[in-house]
Amino acid sequence: MNSYELSSLLIVALPLMSFAFLVLLSKQLKPRVAGIIGTLTLATTAILTFYVAAGYFFGFGMENGAYVHHIALQFQWLKFSDNLSIDLGIVLDPISVALLIVITVVSTMVHLYSLNYMHGEEYFARYYAYLSLFTFSMLGLVMAVNIFQMYIFWELVGVSSFLLIGFYFTKPSAIAAAKKAFIVTRFADLGFLIGILILSHGAKTLDFFVMIQRLTQAGSPYLAHFTATSFLGLSTLSWALLLVFAGGAGKSAMFPLHIWLPDAMEGPTPVSALIHAATMVVAGVYLVARLFPIFAISAPDALLIIAYIGAFTALFAAVIACTQTDIKRVLAYSTISQIAYMMFALGVSGWGEGQTEGFTASIFHLFTHAFFKALLFLGAGAIIHAINSNEMKDMGGLRKALPITHITFLVACLSISGIPPFSGFFSKEAILSAASHSNMLVYYVGLFTSGLTAFYMFRLYFRIFWYKPVQDHHNHEKHTWAMNSALLVLVLGAAFAGLIPFGSFVSATGSPIILPFNPSFSVVPVSFGLIGIFLAYFFFSKESDRADKTVAYFGGFYRAAYHKFYIDEIYLFITKKVIFNLIGRPAAWFDRTVVNGILINGTAVVTEAGSEAIKPMQSGKVQSYAMFFLGGVLLLVALLFIQFM
Amino acid sequence: MNASTVIFYVLGSLVLIFGAMTVFSQKIFRAAVYLLFSLISVAGLYLLWDMDFIAALQIIIYVGGIVVLIIFSIFLTQRSGEKLPPPIKKRLVWSGILTISGLGLTSWIVYNYLFSASTLPGVEPTVHNIGEQMLSYSKYGYVFPFEVINILLLAALVGSIVIAMKKKEIKPTDETTHITK
Amino acid sequence: MEQVPLSHILILSSALFFLGIYGFFSRRNMITMLMSIELILNSANINFIAFNKYLFPHQLEGVFFTMFIIVVAAAEVSLSIAIIINLYRRFNTIDIEDTTTMKY
Repeated sequence: MNSYELSSLLIVALPLMSFAFLVLLSKQLKPRVAGIIGTLTLATTAILTFYVAAGYFFGFGMENGAYVHHIALQFQWLKFSDNLSIDLGIVLDPISVALLIVITVVSTMVHLYSLNYMHGEEYFARYYAYLSLFTFSMLGLVMAVNIFQMYIFWELVGVSSFLLIGFYFTKPSAIAAAKKAFIVTRFADLGFLIGILILSHGAKTLDFFVMIQRLTQAGSPYLAHFTATSFLGLSTLSWALLLVFAGGAGKSAMFPLHIWLPDAMEGPTPVSALIHAATMVVAGVYLVARLFPIFAISAPDALLIIAYIGAFTALFAAVIACTQTDIKRVLAYSTISQIAYMMFALGVSGWGEGQTEGFTASIFHLFTHAFFKALLFLGAGAIIHAINSNEMKDMGGLRKALPITHITFLVACLSISGIPPFSGFFSKEAILSAASHSNMLVYYVGLFTSGLTAFYMFRLYFRIFWYKPVQDHHNHEKHTWAMNSALLVLVLGAAFAGLIPFGSFVSATGSPIILPFNPSFSVVPVSFGLIGIFLAYFFFSKESDRADKTVAYFGGFYRAAYHKFYIDEIYLFITKKVIFNLIGRPAAWFDRTVVNGILINGTAVVTEAGSEAIKPMQSGKVQSYAMFFLGGVLLLVALLFIQFM
Repeated sequence: MNASTVIFYVLGSLVLIFGAMTVFSQKIFRAAVYLLFSLISVAGLYLLWDMDFIAALQIIIYVGGIVVLIIFSIFLTQRSGEKLPPPIKKRLVWSGILTISGLGLTSWIVYNYLFSASTLPGVEPTVHNIGEQMLSYSKYGYVFPFEVINILLLAALVGSIVIAMKKKEIKPTDETTHITK
Repeated sequence: MEQVPLSHILILSSALFFLGIYGFFSRRNMITMLMSIELILNSANINFIAFNKYLFPHQLEGVFFTMFIIVVAAAEVSLSIAIIINLYRRFNTIDIEDTTTMKY
C-alpha cells in the first residue's frame, strides 16, 4: 500500500472516526471543542484529497495517454456464494477524484462556517457528528468500487440527510420535511435497487468496471442476452438503467421526484449548502456518469430520456424559482435547475469521437456549481443570520450592512448566470455547446433557462442588497470570522474554478479532450444572461410597482408557478385520496378485522378457551395426575398389544 | 384338583377379599388390620410355593414392621374409630372405570399370552442357596445390589429422621395455622 | 403334580394390583393411600415369585427381586410416614384434599 492508497483510505476513515468520536462524546465535549475537532478533521481530509488528486492527475493516474481507474483498496466484505460476493473498496478515477475535491473542500468550508452559524445551538456536537457522518457516506459513495457498495453509502447519505434536515426536531415542519425527503428518496431508491438487481443479474457482476466492460463490448454474450428481450420498445438493459436512473433522479431531485428538495431547506442553512446544493444532490449525476459507458454505448435511448427529463426539469424549476419569496427556496429551485443542467448534459452526450464533451461539461458544471451554489447558500445563511428571516419582504438594502456577503454573493450570482470570466460561464458554455451539437430542442430549453437563471438570481440579489432598505437589521457581520473566511475561500472557487482546463482531466474515455471555446458561440447565451440581469435590475433595483404590474399581467400562470405548479397538491391528492382510500383503508380494514380480529384475537380467544378447558387438569392433585398417567399407560399398552399380537 | 390347588384358591381369595376390605373400609384402623390379613395370606401363598425364606421375610418385615409402623402413624395422626370422610364421587367413578378396564385388559393379555417355561434343572430356594448368591461377587452375584440396598436403607433412615424431626422455627407458623383453623 | 395354571396366579396378582390402584385413586387419607401402595407392591412380589417358580426354576432372580422390593417398601414406608407426620404437624390434617399449598 503506497502513500496515495493510504491517504485515500484515510480520506474515508477520518470523517468516520470523527463521527464516532463526536457522537459518543457529544455530551462530554464542550461545543467549541467538538466543532474544532470536526473542522480540523475535515481540513486534514481536504489536504489529503489534494495530495491524492495531485498524485492521480499528475502521476500514477495516466497510462498510455489516458486516465485509467486505479483500485486503491478492495476486499471481500460479504460472501453469499461462490458467484455472488460483495466487495468494499476504494476506486480512484477522474470523476471520483474530482468529486472528492468538491466534497472535502465544500464540507470543510461548511464545517468552518457552522462554527459561527450554529453557535449556541443546543445539539452543537451532534450537529458536527452528523456532518461528519454525511461526509463519510458521501466519500464512500464516490469511491465505491461496485454498485452495491454505492447503494449502501447511498442509503447512508439518505439517512444523514434525514438527520440533518430534521436537525431542529422540535419544529413540526422540519420533521415533516425530513420525513418527506426520506420517503421520496427511499421510494426512488426502490427503483435503484431493482435496477441494481436486474443489471447485476444481466452482467453477472456487481463491480462497476467489469460490468461496464461486459455490457459495452461488441459481441459480448452478456450484452447480447440483455438486449435480446424488450418491453414497451425499450430493451431490458435500458429499463434496468432507467430504474437505476430513477434512484439518481430521487437523490438529484429530477421532476417529478423533486418535491422533497425545497422542503429540505428546513434544515440548517450550512447543511443546505453542503448536502442539498453541492454534494448529495449531485449523487444522481455521479451515478449516471459512473455508468455512462453503458448508457452511451448500449442504451442511447435511455440517455435520450434522461436528456429530456433533465431539460424539462431545468426549465420547470427555473420558472418556479422566479416566483418564490423565501430566499432559500429560490436557491433550492435554482439547485434543481442546475442539476438538471448536468443531467441533460450527460443526456446529450454520446460515445463517439467528439461527442463526449457533454460528459466532461456535466462534471465540470458539477464542479463549478458546487462552489458557487455553496457560496450562495452560505451567503444566504449569513443574511438569515443577520436579520433572522428567510423572507424577501424583510430584506432590502443590505449591501452596507453586510459588505463581505454582498461581494461574494454578487460573484456567485454572476457565476451562476454565466457571465465571463466567472466559473459558471465556462461550464455552462460547455454544456450548451454540447447540447447544440446534438439536440437543438434541449439546447433552446437550456438557453432560455440560462436567461431565466440570470433573472431569478439577480432578482434575489437586487431584492436583498438594493431595493428599499430595511431599518431594523441588528446583527451585523460581527463575530463571524469563520463565516466570512468560508465565504472568502469559496469565492475563489466560484470565480476562478472555470479557468481549470477541465477537459484535460476528466473525460468519458479517459483520454484528455479539449472543451471547445468559441467566442462567437458564447455571444447568445451571455446576452441571454445579460437580458435576465437587466430585467431583474429593471424590476427590483428600486422599490416600484413594476413587478406587481407584470405579475398581474401574467396572472394565472404566476399563481401556478408560485404554488410550484401544484405538484405537491397532486402528490397529496394521489397519496391521501387515491392511495389512502383505495389501498390504505381496505388494508386497514383487513388489518383490523381479519388480521387483528380473526387471526390475532381469534387465536387469543381459542387459546384462552383451550387453557380454561385444560386448566383443571393441572389441579395439583396427585391422584388425578396418577389417573391420567394410568389412563395413558393403559392406552399405550393396548395399542402396542394390538400392534404386536 | 388336589389339596395344594384348593389351598391356593382359598389363599388367593383371602388375599383379594382382605385387600378389597382394606381399600373399601371406611374406618382407617380396620383398614390397617385388613391389610395385615391380606399380607399374611400372601405369606401363606409363598409358603405354598416352597418359598420359605420369602414368606418369613414377608411376615417379619411387612407384618411385623410396615403394618405396625402404619398403625403407629394412624395413632399419631388420627382419632381411631372415626369414619373417614367420604371419597369424592366423580373420582370414584373415574377410578372405577380405569381400574376395571385395566383389569380387563391385563387379564385378556394374560389369557392370550403363551408363557414358555424353562426346562433346565431347578434350584432349591433354600436360605443357603440364596445367601450364597446374594453375597457372591462372581458372575450372577448380587453383592453389588445388596450394598446399594444397604445404602438406600441408611439414606431412608437418615432421611426419615430429618423429615420427621421437629424443627424449632416451624413452631410459630404451627401456632398461626392452629389459630386460623 | 397338577399345578395351578400360571395365568390364574397372574390374574390374582393383577386383581390385587388394581385394587391397590383403586384405593390409591379413591382414598383421601394419606395413610390409606400408603396401604394401597403396599398392596400394589405385594402384587408385584407375587408376580416375581410366580414367574420364578413357573418359568425359570433354575434361577433365583425372582426371589432376589422380591427381597429387594420388600426392603425398598420398608424404606419407602418409613420415609412416607415421616413425611405424613411432618405434614400433619404443619397442616393438622393428612387429608390430601386439604394440603393444597403447592397447588398451581
